[in-house]
Amino acid sequence: MLLRGDHVVRDDDGVEHRTTRPVSAVCRCGKSASKPWCDGTHKVLPAKLRP
Amino acid sequence: MEVARCSRHGSAEGYLEYVTTLPKPRGPLGVAVLNALADAPTREVPRIDVAPESPDDAALTLWVLHELSYGGFDEVDDDAESDPELMRVRRRLERDLEADLRRRWPGVPEGVELGTGFFDWVADQDGPSLARFVQAQATEDQVLDLLRVRSVYHLKEADPTTWVIPRLPTAAKAALVELQYDEYGVGDPARLHSHLFARGLEASGLRPEPGAYVDEAPLEILEQNNALSMFGLRRRLRGAAVGHLAAFEATSSLPSRRMAQGLERLGFPAEMVSYYTEHVEADAVHEQVALRDICVSLVAAEPAQEPEVWFGAWACLDLENRTATRLLSAWGAAA
Repeated sequence: MLLRGDHVVRDDDGVEHRTTRPVSAVCRCGKSASKPWCDGTHKVLPAKLRP
Repeated sequence: MEVARCSRHGSAEGYLEYVTTLPKPRGPLGVAVLNALADAPTREVPRIDVAPESPDDAALTLWVLHELSYGGFDEVDDDAESDPELMRVRRRLERDLEADLRRRWPGVPEGVELGTGFFDWVADQDGPSLARFVQAQATEDQVLDLLRVRSVYHLKEADPTTWVIPRLPTAAKAALVELQYDEYGVGDPARLHSHLFARGLEASGLRPEPGAYVDEAPLEILEQNNALSMFGLRRRLRGAAVGHLAAFEATSSLPSRRMAQGLERLGFPAEMVSYYTEHVEADAVHEQVALRDICVSLVAAEPAQEPEVWFGAWACLDLENRTATRLLSAWGAAA
C-alpha cells in the first residue's frame, strides 16, 4: 500500500512511525524486516501468502 | 516571536567538486575521439571514419561521448557535447548498440498484462545474482572490485532517467518527478543517492570522483551505462527508458538487502552499508511507482509505447545478467 505525503503509521504495539519519503510503501504481507514499511519480502513468499 | 530554526536540510558545505579526467582509449576509434576532444576547441574536430576495433573500443568511446552530456571532463571544452562530427560518431555507435540489443530481444512476452503481470515476468527472468554471491561468499577484494565498477553508474544514479521527464505525458511525468525527488534526496543533498554512494566509497578507502574507475570497467558495465544513457537521451526511446527503470527498481529492493548483509559480514563501513539499506525501502516504493504510475500511465496515453517499455525492461535484465556472468566468472565463481 502506497502513502503519498506526510503520514504517521501506528503499528500493532502502538509505536508511531512517521513517513520520511514523498511516497512510502506500507507492509501488507506482515513479513517485512523493516515494518511498518515494505522491504520487498512479499516477493519471496508463496503466491497464496502474498497480499 | 521566536522561531526555532529547524531545517531538515543538511549543509551544502563539504560537497566537493571533483576533477574528472578522460579514461584510456580501448582501440583506434577511442584514440581518434579522445585526441579530438583533447584538441578542441583549438583545433576543429576532423572527420572520424575509423571503425571500432572491438566491442570494448566502441563501448568506451560511446561512454566518453555520453559523459559530455553529464558532468563532462575538466580537460575538454564544454561545447564538444554538440560538435556535429562527434554527434555523428555517437549516433553511429548508438545505432549499433540499439541494433545489437534488438537482435537479442525475444520480443514482447505473450499473454502478459503490463500492469498485473510485470513483476511475475521479472521474477521469471532469474539470472545469476551478484547480490546473493556478496551476501554469502564474496571476499573483501571481490566486493571492492564490484563497488569500483558499480561506481560508474551509482555516482550518477538516476541522472540518465531525468532526461526523460519532459518527454512524458502528464500523469507519467508527475510520477517520474516524484520518484526522482526521492532519488535526489528530497531536497537534502546529504540524502542524494549518488552522494550516499560517494560517501560509502570514501569510507571504504576508494575514490569517490565520477569516472575514477572507468578504466577498470569491463565491456558489460560500459554497455549497461551506455544503454541507459541512450534510452534517456533519445526521445524516441522514452518507453524503453521507463521500462528499464521499472525493471531496475523491481530487482533492487531484495538484492540491496543481500548486499547490505554481505557488506556487514565483511566489516565494511556503515556509510557503504547504509547506501544499500536505503535502497531496500526506497526501491520497494519505486518499483510500484515506476510500473503503475509511470509505465502504465505512459502506455495508457501512448499505446504504441508498450512494446518499447517491454524492450527497455528486458534490456535492463539482460545487461545485468551479462555483467553478473562476467564478474562471477572473473572471480572463478559459478555463474
